[in-house]
Amino acid sequence: MAGDTPRDDRARDDYVQDLARARRGYAVNRLCGSLMDPANRRRFTENEAAYCEEYGLTPEQRRAVLERDWIALADLGASIFYTYKLAMLDGTSMQDLGGVFTGMTTEEFTEALRRGGRSFG
Amino acid sequence: MARVVWGLATSHVPSIGAAMDHHRTETPYWKPLFDGYAPARSWMAAHRPDVAVVVYNDHANGVGLDLVPAFGIGTADYYEVADEGWGRRPVPPVIGAPELSEHLVRELMDAEFDIATFNRLDVDHGLTVPLSVYCPDPGDAWPCAVVPLLVNVIQYPQPTAARCLGLGRALGRAIRSFPQDIEVAVLGTGGMSHQLAGARAGLINTEFDRMFLRDIETDPEKLAALSREDYIREAGTEGIELIMWLVMRGALGDRITRIHDTYHVPASNTAVAAALFETSSASETAPSEEAGEEENTA
Repeated sequence: MAGDTPRDDRARDDYVQDLARARRGYAVNRLCGSLMDPANRRRFTENEAAYCEEYGLTPEQRRAVLERDWIALADLGASIFYTYKLAMLDGTSMQDLGGVFTGMTTEEFTEALRRGGRSFG
Repeated sequence: MARVVWGLATSHVPSIGAAMDHHRTETPYWKPLFDGYAPARSWMAAHRPDVAVVVYNDHANGVGLDLVPAFGIGTADYYEVADEGWGRRPVPPVIGAPELSEHLVRELMDAEFDIATFNRLDVDHGLTVPLSVYCPDPGDAWPCAVVPLLVNVIQYPQPTAARCLGLGRALGRAIRSFPQDIEVAVLGTGGMSHQLAGARAGLINTEFDRMFLRDIETDPEKLAALSREDYIREAGTEGIELIMWLVMRGALGDRITRIHDTYHVPASNTAVAAALFETSSASETAPSEEAGEEENTA
């Protein structure tokens, strides 16, 4: 699976949410954070593009939200704790996201955890 | 005077709460984890404290993007359970202990820990899952009042591990100087190794976790000497939550007894542990570190 993915589309090893990332991802994190409110969840679902306009996302962030490009969101400063709210709106689990970040299927990722997790010497 | 009677280190993985909320604790996936909790839960059920200080981190629910305090204490009468984006957990609201909160903030400020105060706070899974580990069936109310103590671990740079251990020691002194005859438990939450995002997602480091689980009792200074980069490299970007165990450990004092521990992989993407310690002050008048002080003569 991972071998089919162009290098540029791969996730970085770690996304440490430092202050530069907090600045860069502020708008998209704010959008995802707004989904804590059930009324906002409804409005987002009704018209995602219009909702994105309200939050001042960059074009790249907007595309990443609308296309659910989880690696791009991470690259653009989004924190996993915020993007997870967007994921859960679609019924996308943390195991699904783990698969995306690692180039595995959800089943492969889940099985790797059941076998004791992924080891990095 | 108040006494610190026991400490619980416990992971706070949201799916552990969800497994309880949706009655899945007997499934093949979850049963081994919950079986591992059983001895600790029985012991804690027989040793109910008046107040639990829960050391935890918020996950983008009660703390927003605009202000990220390194350390904070809830000072409210009660705390609503947060809607994290998919509805509230069906657990009781959390009743505060505002007099103890006020005392702790003042004492910690005097000990030169500059604590942010949350006069209103919605508590997320970081706090409610540990309460569920402690008490799986609370009914209409949790069996104790709660003081939330928040540590920023999701935005870099986090407080150092050494600072967390120091905060814990000051917290223990502050609790023991509270002039009411109450019993206080301290819960240190988060961990063990895990990483949610990036190509290293799914990281589990059992060797590191086992070391940490052992040394939290016997050599917390060694764990406090690890850098935040050490924690992230060895335990993952979210495994750095383990620094919050050091706050709990510091509060317990020098002489503790391990009642039970358990370690399990996985709960969703995380290595899970719980470790329960009784303090010497639970059966004696005062801990050794305060020998000679006034309360030792009580």
